[in-house]
Amino acid sequence: MDRELKREIIVDNYQNPFHKGLVNDSSYVKANTNNESCIDNIDIELKIEDGIIKDANFDGEACAISTSATSIFLRKIIGKSLSEVETLIINYENLIDEKEYDQDLLEDLMAYDTIYLQPNRKKCALLPVETIKKILSKIKDDDNGDKGIK
Amino acid sequence: MHRESFPILKKDIIYFDNGATTLKPFEVVEAMEDYYYNYGANIHRGDYDISLKASNKYEEVRDKVKHFINADSSREIVFTSGDTLSLNMIVFGFMEDYLNEGDEVLLTKSEHASLVLPFMELAKKKKIVLKYVPLTSEHELTLENLEATITEKTKVIAVAHITNVLGDVRDIKKITELAHQKNILVLVDGAQSVPHLKTDVKDLDVDFLTFSAHKMLGPTGVGVLYAKEKYLEAMRPILFGGGMNQYFEEDGTVEYKSIPTLFEAGTPPIAEVIGLGRAIDFLEEIGMDNIYKYEKELKEYLVKKLENNKKVILYNKKSESGILAFNLEGVFSQDTAIYLDHYNICVRAGNHCAKILKDELNIRNTCRISLYFYNTKEEIDKLVEVLEKSDELYKIII
Repeated sequence: MDRELKREIIVDNYQNPFHKGLVNDSSYVKANTNNESCIDNIDIELKIEDGIIKDANFDGEACAISTSATSIFLRKIIGKSLSEVETLIINYENLIDEKEYDQDLLEDLMAYDTIYLQPNRKKCALLPVETIKKILSKIKDDDNGDKGIK
Repeated sequence: MHRESFPILKKDIIYFDNGATTLKPFEVVEAMEDYYYNYGANIHRGDYDISLKASNKYEEVRDKVKHFINADSSREIVFTSGDTLSLNMIVFGFMEDYLNEGDEVLLTKSEHASLVLPFMELAKKKKIVLKYVPLTSEHELTLENLEATITEKTKVIAVAHITNVLGDVRDIKKITELAHQKNILVLVDGAQSVPHLKTDVKDLDVDFLTFSAHKMLGPTGVGVLYAKEKYLEAMRPILFGGGMNQYFEEDGTVEYKSIPTLFEAGTPPIAEVIGLGRAIDFLEEIGMDNIYKYEKELKEYLVKKLENNKKVILYNKKSESGILAFNLEGVFSQDTAIYLDHYNICVRAGNHCAKILKDELNIRNTCRISLYFYNTKEEIDKLVEVLEKSDELYKIII
């Protein structure tokens, strides 16, 4: 992906973010992440039914990198199963950390393939996955709670 | 002014984050180095020459601070680790005893976390009431609003002399006049004011004043707590250890030293205090009035230039200090700061530790330019030029 195209994807998702604005309905599970090293602050809410992401929204104040990454991520995960989302997260984290990843799975998220060149911005790019991981672990805790394992 | 004393300025850097910390002149670091290399002993301990020299140098700075803020006596000057500790010591060592359930403390929404949070914690402990004096549409504190918020329960007014996001300068003298008529104590956070304008505690008649060395050319790790002697005498230490006690016995009998040593438990930041002393000399050589006048002139120049840029939103054009909060239309403050960094221009992005100010501004984050006497109009011109071509912002940062 050339730099011009990457920039276009990032700026477009920053200026016209996907599903920005929360529903705040009890059918959604929500989590917040405050980037400790800077000032980004986002909330993400997911509606999950039968192990499938039915809807995803976010809100908050964050930089171009975090906002655009969140926008792209949410657009990609709607309709996916929880295990597909987990695989996507692992591949995306590997991309940011310069490890091996599946390019075909990441598609637009490839726009962040050189973010490692600005180490202080890696956290910005990882903000959506941090938040989604919190939601996934909340769901797992709840499931375990239902089964009496907790 | 005096740019030659700041080695970092030779590196083609434009430093506009003086509200966070200032640059350090060669002379300050040299004074600290002299202590470490030539008489680096502990103070108030040894009977040998270099320990006595270190003790004398340390205590000389107490006198310097006394003169610098025109306190009545050096006994009123306590060295701390910084403004935050100074404020915590006042709140938990004095206010905790002084205030009773239902008493009111007046603050504003533009105060820094270091002033608000200790009082919030105390409010939980003691059931005192924190009230926020309404600010004007320009986010400033007026005497009218202050007076209207005072009730019979009001015991303390705690405000910054200059606020750290909007840079408005409060009329402390009028505030203390009003407060003292009603037996209200005034605690002033001087972190953003003492480095920039002449502060005379007698003229202002403040009861407590706190500030940090690192925001006034000095090193990190040292600050000052000033209190009128009668209040300092009534204050309890919150840190205990060596250096602050006369004697103690196995059965729990203990006698502490007198003020101000009572509040300086453990080995203090000796080199840092000596550095602060040199920083005060440096500031006094220039003259605090000259510094204030020059910064105001720079701020006016900056505002005038930035007003021509339609994409720039200014939040505090009128405040009379060297602080300017702004945003670029449609751009997140941190992205603007990263863009400016590309041109070696250092500004701060964020909420600047005044998290409740968002209620006033309806905006959470801003970029902040905070000036000092070594900044120049040429540096401002460069900033203005870079912000003019901000259409290229995303090309630079992504």
